[in-house]
Amino acid sequence: MAGKKHKIKFLLNGTEQAMEVEPNSTLLRTLRDGLGLTGTKCGCDNGECGACTVLIDGKAVLSCLTLTVEVDGKEVTTIEGLAQGTTLHPVQQAFIDHHGTQCGFCTPGIIMSSVSLLNENPQPTEMDVKKALVGNLCRCGSYPMAVNAVLQAAGKNRGGEK
Amino acid sequence: MNCEKYYLPATVEEAINILRENQGNARLIAGGTDLVLQLRERKINTKALVDLSALKELNGITENNGWITIGSMTTHQQIAASGIIREKARVLAEAAQSIGSPQIRNVGTIGGNVVNAQPAADTTIALMALDARARILTNQGEITKPVGELFLGAGQSAIDPTSEILLAFDIKTPGAREATAFMRLAKRKALALPIVNVGVWLKLDQTLSKFEDIRIALGPMAPVPVRATNTEAVLKGAPLQQTVLLQAMAVLEKEISPRDSLRGSAFYKKEMAKVLLKRAILVAVKDLGGELGE
Ligand SMILES: Cc1cc2nc3c(=O)[nH]c(=O)nc-3n(C[C@H](O)[C@H](O)[C@H](O)COP(=O)(O)OP(=O)(O)OC[C@H]3O[C@@H](n4cnc5c(N)ncnc54)[C@H](O)[C@@H]3O)c2cc1C
Ligand code: FES
Ligand code: FES
Repeated sequence: MAGKKHKIKFLLNGTEQAMEVEPNSTLLRTLRDGLGLTGTKCGCDNGECGACTVLIDGKAVLSCLTLTVEVDGKEVTTIEGLAQGTTLHPVQQAFIDHHGTQCGFCTPGIIMSSVSLLNENPQPTEMDVKKALVGNLCRCGSYPMAVNAVLQAAGKNRGGEK
Repeated sequence: MNCEKYYLPATVEEAINILRENQGNARLIAGGTDLVLQLRERKINTKALVDLSALKELNGITENNGWITIGSMTTHQQIAASGIIREKARVLAEAAQSIGSPQIRNVGTIGGNVVNAQPAADTTIALMALDARARILTNQGEITKPVGELFLGAGQSAIDPTSEILLAFDIKTPGAREATAFMRLAKRKALALPIVNVGVWLKLDQTLSKFEDIRIALGPMAPVPVRATNTEAVLKGAPLQQTVLLQAMAVLEKEISPRDSLRGSAFYKKEMAKVLLKRAILVAVKDLGGELGE
């Protein structure tokens, strides 16, 4: 397995991260095993469940299919990077308010997909939200609550009522 | 996976030089949605990866002098959202939109989809219907090939990603009375590979009462993506009539040979291919204001 290490630098949750990685490590492995950021989950390790979703330059991407070397010079955001101090991100708060999570395994991925959607489309319709979340499986079936939570978060972003 | 090196070339020239120097031991990577899994499962081995993602000239959609050009590194998301493609090559916009999930479409590219050479790869089927030309950089210089000639077998591309770079696809800007349509059947509307997919391009005659010309591409009906040329021949010059359509469906059934697989039996795939062909033709004809008589 041992390949040569490759030096990279990227912005991880707002902080510059310099490290040496093997070309074949996935971002998911680097985040969880290398950097201890275990909020990003490994559900299937082959692109089918969305539990490993992170943002690269603001867009939802699967960290299990991304090589860590590929994020050199880019901006990576994980679930750990959303809250500002002790204030949760509006999407995180909305998931609590709407019981958008049960066991919670899929939740970080669903929240990252939702944040990616709101980055691009701050006022999504219910169908926009459903379409944005099709790549995230939830075995507990929290889908309706998750969709409601995202819609609420969108309302908040617009300065609307909770 | 014994991969030791990673290159991020800044120009296409640099990329092809790296491939040449590594003599078959370096392989291109685009979005990685196919390749990362294949490397992990050791279906593909390579000593080095050459990442094309910094090559701006391979990314984007432009229209010039009657041709639409799509760079090989253009993502499915970009294609599905492109005004040019949605308006002028609907079959491709819908094919790109049907792939995987938002996360896959954000990074997966049209070039990777074609070089991965699966018989029902969605954008491949659309490009076959559009009769797209692929521009490929080889050690002997740039060559052009019809997309239909890029497939040697299931998962086997005529393009060698250890020595050649797929640069772009060119599609003719559609003329008057030309339309396209894409139909796809899968177990779910997302994250499900197609049981059958069909792409159609057609042109009607001046009076909108006959098929002047048509191209039909389907997957997965053989180890490679296929054109239904016998069925096309039945339709070319034929009047817009239900009976003609039924005839075409009967010919299609004889022309395709899908396999029994987990996704569906051969019988089911044949039946559904006929239905999807009919629907695609109806959509494209309707798009042009035509109508099918009895
Ligand atoms: C969960 C999941 C769902 C999916 N769903 C679908 C689906 O619904 N429909 C579908 O069609 N596909 C689907 N795919 C397959 C995949 O996403 C697509 O084939 C994608 O377009 C591949 O592009 P990529 O940029 O990720 O290619 P990569 O994985 O980077 O590369 C694929 C192959 O092409 C070669 N290559 C890449 N670019 C070039 C180039 N410019 N020149 C020469 N060689 C090149 C690479 O060396 C490699 O062999 C799915 C994949 C996953 C993981
Ligand atoms: S762990 Fe990446 S999609 Fe399932
Ligand atoms: S809350 Fe349990 S998997 Fe979604």
